[in-house]
Amino acid sequence: MIVPIDIAPAEFASAAEYRRDPVRRRPRSGDIVLWFLVAILLIVTLFPFYWSLRTALSTNAALPASSRSLLPADFSFGGFERALGLATTAESIAAGGSGAEINFLRALFNSFVVSAMVAVGQVLCCAFAAYAFARLKFPGRNVLFFVVLTSLMVPPIFTLLPNFIWVQERGWLNSYIGIAAPNLLMSPFAIFFLRQFFLTIPNEIEEAATIDGAGRFRTFFTIIVPMAASSVATLAVLTFIGQWNEYLWPKLVGQDRSVRVLTAALGNFRSQTPQGTPDWAGLMAATWVSALPILILLLLVGKRLVNSIQFSGIK
Amino acid sequence: MTMAVETIARRRVKRRHRDIGQLGVALVFLAPAMIGFFIFHFRPAVLGLWNSFTDKELLRPTAAFVGVENYRDMVSDDVFRNALAVTLKYVLINIGTQTICAIAIAWMLDRMPGSRLMRTIVLTPWLMSNVVVALLFLWILDFRLGVANAFLEWIGIGAQPFFSSSAWAIPTIALVNAWRYTGYTALLLFAGLQTIPKSVKEAALVDGCGEAQRFFRVTLPLLRPVLAVVLVITVIGSFQIYDTIDVTTDGGPVNASRVIYVYIFDQAFARRNFGYASAMSVVLLFILAIVTIILMRLLRANESDLA
Repeated sequence: MIVPIDIAPAEFASAAEYRRDPVRRRPRSGDIVLWFLVAILLIVTLFPFYWSLRTALSTNAALPASSRSLLPADFSFGGFERALGLATTAESIAAGGSGAEINFLRALFNSFVVSAMVAVGQVLCCAFAAYAFARLKFPGRNVLFFVVLTSLMVPPIFTLLPNFIWVQERGWLNSYIGIAAPNLLMSPFAIFFLRQFFLTIPNEIEEAATIDGAGRFRTFFTIIVPMAASSVATLAVLTFIGQWNEYLWPKLVGQDRSVRVLTAALGNFRSQTPQGTPDWAGLMAATWVSALPILILLLLVGKRLVNSIQFSGIK
Repeated sequence: MTMAVETIARRRVKRRHRDIGQLGVALVFLAPAMIGFFIFHFRPAVLGLWNSFTDKELLRPTAAFVGVENYRDMVSDDVFRNALAVTLKYVLINIGTQTICAIAIAWMLDRMPGSRLMRTIVLTPWLMSNVVVALLFLWILDFRLGVANAFLEWIGIGAQPFFSSSAWAIPTIALVNAWRYTGYTALLLFAGLQTIPKSVKEAALVDGCGEAQRFFRVTLPLLRPVLAVVLVITVIGSFQIYDTIDVTTDGGPVNASRVIYVYIFDQAFARRNFGYASAMSVVLLFILAIVTIILMRLLRANESDLA
């Protein structure tokens, strides 16, 4: 991996100025310190990922004797096979696994279903609402927007308790709809984020469309949505990742294997092997299975994601 | 006279017309999100407050009003007081480490143009779920097989029981979560650094300030408003630590890592004391509000030295 980093030493206010400087070839002590810090940062950030991959590709039997080796101990895909349920129960137990207990294929599917439901539902509904807050005039608009924003400050556990009873009363425990429900229609952050974006679209474009006889809905779908497409897509990705990583609520309402998502399945793992030695290779493979979709998304839209987080930081 | 009445009447009609504005269309646009807001945010917030004054129990339909009894119970509840202390300890270690590292990283990122790949790498831990992060470190810090302990033994310090000793549990979890959030925090601060005008840094340079002086006397003070907002966001998040503890120590050893969220959860679901759990959430809400106000005041978040 080539990291295109260009570090300006202390004497220069900016890297551009540093590059313009004719006598910069001289190595400086500041350079070395900075490069050293960058190297440490990279190692600290990436090592845990590497180490879990290395473990996932090892066999449990070989792990204790080789905890100082950087390479997989006795290379094997067994961990991934067990995590994805491709190994038979007998094979799993023989490899130091806990039998069928770490089959995460179903959980992987459930995580996809719930996260996709929430990403699509929430972003769509919030785009509608954000448009109303940004563009339409109606009595009580600002008060309503303020109330929605205030709910950002309320700790989730506060609303979680009554929500649990509500979902339980509807018989939604152990169903996709129950796991997705609290985030399915809205999040205050999504409304805020999209409203900020809609406000940057010039009014004139819409007015032109209105004069041409387009109604509010046509304007929204043919003008606003296409213009906001990349923003909406970024938010959808962030929402997907957020839901993918949710733990407390899915654990509470979706323990049944048929709907249990990855985080809830992984979180259970430790309580299932309180004393015995866990199937570390299988478990690390499972964490990679759970992390991989996010890493792929990061590769695809990393740039936009980074930008949108910086954007939310300045706001 | 009649003319005046007519004018007023007409004006009224006109105003009412204007007041409603595009209410019809707006209602259609707002309906789905507002239904979600009402059911899952507004209703439970009001209900949670009400429950805190009752003896509500999970799986029991009726509940009686008990006044401030739940709040009075909290005062004499040692586990609750311990939970507050443990949470505070966690927040201080977590936020302290994370903020200092994030400022350093943001400063590094600001010095390298074309740092996009670096920024993406730095953000990666934040995109992983708490559960995945907890499991990664449960393995790395494992007493017998963990690579961290193999390293500590190699350099002669000896293996440490990171998650299983009451002295180490909270610092360990605080540092694990600092690993997850530092990159995200750094990115927010980096965005703040980018807004500081180049001219200010150059002026300090011309005046002959050294690197350290420039950072502490110029950059950091100008970053203050952004730092305040970032601190509010991260401190509020930090108070709500739950996932990592649930996966690794489950509140133990004994109560050493039983933070407020874990204790509320225990009371609500293991002991079914919904009323008491609700009252504790109300107290948590107040603590967060007070912490926010103090931080904003201390860091004078609303004024910038640039003006």
